Amino acid sequence: MAAIKFSLILFGLRALLLWQSLIYKKFKDHLSEKNFTAQIQTKDQSIGRWLTFNNGSVISSSGFHQKPEVVLSFKNANVAVELLMPLVMAFLLKKSINQLDQINALKDFNLTLDGPDELTLWFTQTLMKTQTNGLKFGIDVGDGVVRYTNMTNGGPVFLYVKNDKIIRITPIEFDHNDPETWTISARGKKFRPPRKTSLAPHGMNWKSMVYSPDRLLYPMKRIDFDPDGKRNQKNRGNSGYERISWDEALNIVSGEIKRVKKEHGPGAIVNSHGSHHTWGNVGYYLSANFKFINAVGMTRVHHNPDSWEGWYWGAAHHWGGSLRVGQSETYGTVEDLLKEAEMVVFWASNPEGTSGAYGSFEGTIRRKWLKELDIDIVHVDPFYNDSCQFLGGKWLPTKPTSSPALAMAIAYVWIKENLYDKEFVKNRTTGFEVWKEYILGKEDKIEKTPEWASKETGLAAKDIRALARKWGNKKVYLAAGGWGNGHGGACRNQTGIQWARSLVCLIAMQGIGKPGVNMGNLQWGTPVDNNFYFPGYAEGGISGDLHHTAMSVELYQRMPQLQSLNTVEQSIPRLWLPEAIIEGKAEGYVWDGKSIEAQFNKVSYPKPGYSPVKMLYKYGGSMFGTMPDSNRHIKMYQSENLEFVVNQSIWMEGETKFADLILPACTNFERDDISEWAALGGYAHHGQTQLNNRVAVFQHKAIEPLGESKSDYKIFSMICERLGLSAYFTEGISEIDWARRIFDSSDLPKIISWENFVKKGYAVIPPNKSELRDPLSWNWYYENRKKDVPEPMPLPSDYKDEYLKGIQTQSGKIEFEASSLKRFDENDPERPPIVKYKPAFQVNKNSKYPIMMLTPHPRYSFHTQGDAKDSFINDISDHRVKVDGYDYWVIRINTEDAKDRNIKMNDLVKVYNDQGAVICAAQLTDRIMESSAHGYESCAKYDPLGKPGNSVDRGGMLNLLTPKKTQIKKAHSMGNSTAIVQIELWDKKELKPKKFSKEKIFETAE
Amino acid sequence: MKKWNLIIDVDNCTNCHMCSLACKDEFVGNSFPGYSAEMPKRGANWINIKKKERGQTPMVDVGYIPTMCQHCDDAPCLKAAKNNAVIKREDGIIIIDPEKSKGQKQIVDSCPHSAISWNEELEIPQIWFFDAHLLDKGWKEPRAISVCATGAMKTIKIEDQEMKNLAEKESLEVLNPQFNTKPRIYYKNLYRYNKCFIGGSVALIKNKVEDCVSGAVVKLIQNKKIISELKTDDFGDFKFDKLKPNSGNYGVNIEYNSKKKTIELDLENSIYLGNIYL
Repeated sequence: MAAIKFSLILFGLRALLLWQSLIYKKFKDHLSEKNFTAQIQTKDQSIGRWLTFNNGSVISSSGFHQKPEVVLSFKNANVAVELLMPLVMAFLLKKSINQLDQINALKDFNLTLDGPDELTLWFTQTLMKTQTNGLKFGIDVGDGVVRYTNMTNGGPVFLYVKNDKIIRITPIEFDHNDPETWTISARGKKFRPPRKTSLAPHGMNWKSMVYSPDRLLYPMKRIDFDPDGKRNQKNRGNSGYERISWDEALNIVSGEIKRVKKEHGPGAIVNSHGSHHTWGNVGYYLSANFKFINAVGMTRVHHNPDSWEGWYWGAAHHWGGSLRVGQSETYGTVEDLLKEAEMVVFWASNPEGTSGAYGSFEGTIRRKWLKELDIDIVHVDPFYNDSCQFLGGKWLPTKPTSSPALAMAIAYVWIKENLYDKEFVKNRTTGFEVWKEYILGKEDKIEKTPEWASKETGLAAKDIRALARKWGNKKVYLAAGGWGNGHGGACRNQTGIQWARSLVCLIAMQGIGKPGVNMGNLQWGTPVDNNFYFPGYAEGGISGDLHHTAMSVELYQRMPQLQSLNTVEQSIPRLWLPEAIIEGKAEGYVWDGKSIEAQFNKVSYPKPGYSPVKMLYKYGGSMFGTMPDSNRHIKMYQSENLEFVVNQSIWMEGETKFADLILPACTNFERDDISEWAALGGYAHHGQTQLNNRVAVFQHKAIEPLGESKSDYKIFSMICERLGLSAYFTEGISEIDWARRIFDSSDLPKIISWENFVKKGYAVIPPNKSELRDPLSWNWYYENRKKDVPEPMPLPSDYKDEYLKGIQTQSGKIEFEASSLKRFDENDPERPPIVKYKPAFQVNKNSKYPIMMLTPHPRYSFHTQGDAKDSFINDISDHRVKVDGYDYWVIRINTEDAKDRNIKMNDLVKVYNDQGAVICAAQLTDRIMESSAHGYESCAKYDPLGKPGNSVDRGGMLNLLTPKKTQIKKAHSMGNSTAIVQIELWDKKELKPKKFSKEKIFETAE
Repeated sequence: MKKWNLIIDVDNCTNCHMCSLACKDEFVGNSFPGYSAEMPKRGANWINIKKKERGQTPMVDVGYIPTMCQHCDDAPCLKAAKNNAVIKREDGIIIIDPEKSKGQKQIVDSCPHSAISWNEELEIPQIWFFDAHLLDKGWKEPRAISVCATGAMKTIKIEDQEMKNLAEKESLEVLNPQFNTKPRIYYKNLYRYNKCFIGGSVALIKNKVEDCVSGAVVKLIQNKKIISELKTDDFGDFKFDKLKPNSGNYGVNIEYNSKKKTIELDLENSIYLGNIYL
């Protein structure tokens, strides 16, 4: 019976291909791409049929072909029928292929595919195309315009496209079929968010990014790089490029991969990517890129927990939350804050400036409600930031890096004046008495009085006392960092660990979890439906990587896929990547959230038995702009230790032009993908609670890739073809098929069909009815109940009492004196078991570098994405300022400091220290206190006026000046959001830029 | 006849620039015959956000006002234009015809609000024209307005009399009223841009300990008359706002329990008097 079925299916297969090629013109064109013969058969050759593709026609006959190029064998007819029936009969069965059956057949060798990769991959992808050929993408809105959807780091968008050109990009307005949103009633008012999505400035900027003159359109090779001759590594960053074909480029890359592996052994290739990417669960770095790394075997660059430093290395020891990188839970806090809180203290918290990373203006809408209610607001920040500007309230400017001292003085007042929750401290915390002794000065003879803190912070003692008293007498939400629960803020400067630790102590003293007392600033914790599953990007997408993504939480069971495992166990701590390459060794600690103690694991490079790194596979160009003391990276590129550097990038950014070979990647608007807005997963589980409405999107390939650029997935699979790895990397399918698999893995099929989803482009996930909303974070803890918020952390074995009782610390309680630190190194002066204040810088007016410069995240660009590249946002005078025809980065200087230096508005100034110098345009302001300055990090441009790595930069790369020092030795923690510098007027006579420009590069290229 | 108006609440503008970016997204690379030619990719700001920082550290605030073509009913550009290059539509919107206006730089110069942009390459004057090309196709509001995250910008299509009433009721102002051009763009809380404040922090020292004084009564006096009175907050702060810049001499009287203090000043611009010890 199976034999007959199999024969019929094979016959039907040809009919299916022919039938679809008649209906779908694109498919017909596709069929004419390759000429070859594929044999499909049972392993014992009892049944067989061959298909010959010849200039678009498909000839077929039962039996066995003499010389098939591709052979697809099934163990027997039963296996073949099971696997092929759904494919051929999809249009009748209306259900998708059973992936698990397919993968099991592959793993058990019941299904084998032989032939050259370029044909086998084309063959399987062509068979799969029959499943998607009939789909309609996007909505026709008339006049030849189609409305597509996509997702950016700044929110979901509609794209209006005509003749393969993006006309406009807008946020999504919901239609009458989309669900209603939620309502919160608080203090006699009803609050309901609008039925549309919001978009961040960097999202609105995308059209100019897609059509940027800096787009990389062709593969390019450095003109003086010859893989078979002289490599001239020292010229990286100086030489121009020539255009080469994809074939040449892919041969060089795959050739180098093979050579380096054979010549040097495992670990000789390192992969380095940014912390972010263009959005999409298929194309993301944690997805396609990780699968590629694992398929090839590469040394990993082990990221530090970059936006969470102080929370991970500090706060987690007091209140656990290691899987959240040391941050607090956030469930239900929007409703609780609006209903109960009497005051919000924004402490290094500027959600308006950072859009909650991925939350666009969703939180802004809610913070406008905060303005409408009678809730007091205080801002502690060296800069009168965007949130101060919007919300008003009392601004308490502190000297950068000094605010842990403020926290201690607040605790001092509370202790002295009995303004804290003694009951909670007694029953729900441990170690308070030890910290109290320190605060009262019994340990070091220094009472942490407001007067003491005044000297450290620059705040008046009376203001510190007033804040402490106000806080101690009210129900207060503490907003730490942009997300309010930790992320961002002051955790990334040299005292970031102290800051995060001391804030945990403060909120613990006030009884976190009682109504109106919690962490948050309305950025997280909306009543969206968290019971509805869609995988976040940290869940690894198509990577199959259970080790370095959060896939094992849920996605792995929901989406069958081949597991991938990197056989190279060597990794380099990211902060020391340049040292690892140049000096050949580096040490650090790991970011691993599985337990509090996991962070005590040391990473050493090189790992015994592995090769030192000889080749760098770089994704994108963000490191110069985002990593401390980034001249180090320039020197790394010019090191002869790196035999080969390939950069796969969308644009020619400052860092890109240091590669030997450049592979042009396309944007997310030029490939198929699928995703949910602000769905991070993993370390930011339920990131969607930043949103007013959960929105999942089919990311349409709205336009063809520009020039010869290609999607990351396509580039990786082409390299894999040359390594014989394409079946492993792709599982024989294309991006849209992966998107379907992710769709099927999620709960989306419960509310929308695949066909409607790809046509309409988005689905709004309905909110729970109010009775089913998430419980309030920490309330279970406050009331000593079992944990009832929907977060699957900590891991079961980390509970000390019964499962779900207490938190992750040894005592199961919030620990003022951290047991984990006592166990690890109780004598570490940098991180003692109780938090103590240790100033980072001793700076005064007479210092060589008297100015403390803050370098927070940029407001208008998303890290380097969006900056420069001739994009729209460069016209925003708070981003860059045009002086003499050049767009300079902005540095904000206090008016008095400017007066001392004879600096006027928009003057060009030199910001410098021993590490380097950057030319910026000065903005004079009273929004920053004296002896401080403010300029964003993450500039995308590097424009040295002389020798790269050793000269003044006028691109605006302030991270040239930031300290590389880890906050504490026993951590791998950046501390670069404050640097000490001098600022003076720039003598324009020095301005003789070397003619190094993209134009030159493209002259050679074309 | 219902006509378009735009109301901008300065209190809710955060300088996020979504409006100016949406404008660029719509017009860079796109021409709409009869409405406008392409906008230059860089340098042209049909919607231009102006900034006003007031006060001194730590009592500062910053007001932003998005400015654009004011769609005046008595628009000087209408008169300055030759061959009907500028038209006033029945719905109140001004359109500069991209064909007819070629070479007419005097249109740019005629605008007292400096709201008309000159496109060097095409040699035409250009403005933000309410996205009339979209409104005419049934869009509900201009793109710059629909992307405003805080709802600081709102369009409203009503009869002129209704608008007049609304403006009075909500104390809306127009830019540069002295030119009398009858703009259709209205501003709420414009004081954050064009007015100034007197602020200070009241403190006292008792037993060598410095403390904020909350609840002190502070009176603002001009020409011997009390023009405003308030109480200091928990940080001892007071702030008299909406004062005219360069408006002469003021007295600030502070009273707390039996303590009194008076400060005289000549107001030029927003001033933070710093810590005032009783």
